Amino acid sequence: MSTLLERLAEVRKSGEVGRLAEAIPYARWMRIAPENGTGELLTRMRYHDDLIGNTFLPAIHGGTLGAMLEMTAIFHLLWETETETVPKIVNITVDYLRSARPADVIASAKVTKQGRRMVNVFAEAWQDDRSKPVATANAHFLVISPEDAPPSL
Amino acid sequence: MKPPLTTREERLAFFQQWFSDTIPHSRALGIRIVDARRGFAAMRLEWRPDLVGNPETGVLAGGPLTALLDGCCGMAVATMLKEPKPFATLDLRIDYVKPATPGQAVIAEAECYRVTHSVAFTRAFAHHGDAKDPIAAAAGTFMLGTKGEVIRPQTVGAEAKL
Repeated sequence: MSTLLERLAEVRKSGEVGRLAEAIPYARWMRIAPENGTGELLTRMRYHDDLIGNTFLPAIHGGTLGAMLEMTAIFHLLWETETETVPKIVNITVDYLRSARPADVIASAKVTKQGRRMVNVFAEAWQDDRSKPVATANAHFLVISPEDAPPSL
Repeated sequence: MKPPLTTREERLAFFQQWFSDTIPHSRALGIRIVDARRGFAAMRLEWRPDLVGNPETGVLAGGPLTALLDGCCGMAVATMLKEPKPFATLDLRIDYVKPATPGQAVIAEAECYRVTHSVAFTRAFAHHGDAKDPIAAAAGTFMLGTKGEVIRPQTVGAEAKL
């Protein structure tokens, strides 16, 4: 049983979904955490100066948007699906639609297709206006448990 | 006009100062420039406990690799531009082919293989020292002539006369 899945079980009892991020060092460093204040699971990346990629505009680094969309998909899979394993990312394609200004970024995810071993997830990120996303992503995750996987995995 | 950069060390110091050190997120990740020439860039990211995605295994999260590959592809684009112009990532695909080994630095190598008037095309691999045994593969496209002024990292190709 992984720390993250143990944390998930705790969070399901307490309802404090934001604490899921505490089990992931990179999410803490990036200040990325899920929240469900509105009843919908969203993931927020809190603005801090280390996120900047373009100092002139200024704009948030594209890599951080890709990273937060990936985390959004993982939090969504953990929280909204009955996964018994930590989803393992296979690939992600990020489309950059607008430059993101120095402010919080919020994202949501949805499962496009749930297979037995593979899940396809769509995620989108915005700042103040949800109808004007700054970036979207499609990603595949393996959700097979290690004991079910062939030896090569 | 500065004299052309003659030694490899001079070139790398220039790229480090002009590219990685002026991009706050690259600096925060501690990304170092390993190599740069026309159409090619290589960078190094050290393993750090705060960049880990799975504390059980110590494997790096996908995020630092995404930022490394995005930055490396962007620098490969900059090396191709004789006339600096602002550019931005249009899309980036990453295949995570193998988990990164905990404790080991990651090297990214990016190639910009085609530049048109509006779009630059790149591909990249991330590995632990053997490019034939990759951790991740990436394909990125960049939109050229985007809004805003040219920032210093985008002028490396022209400044270094690659």
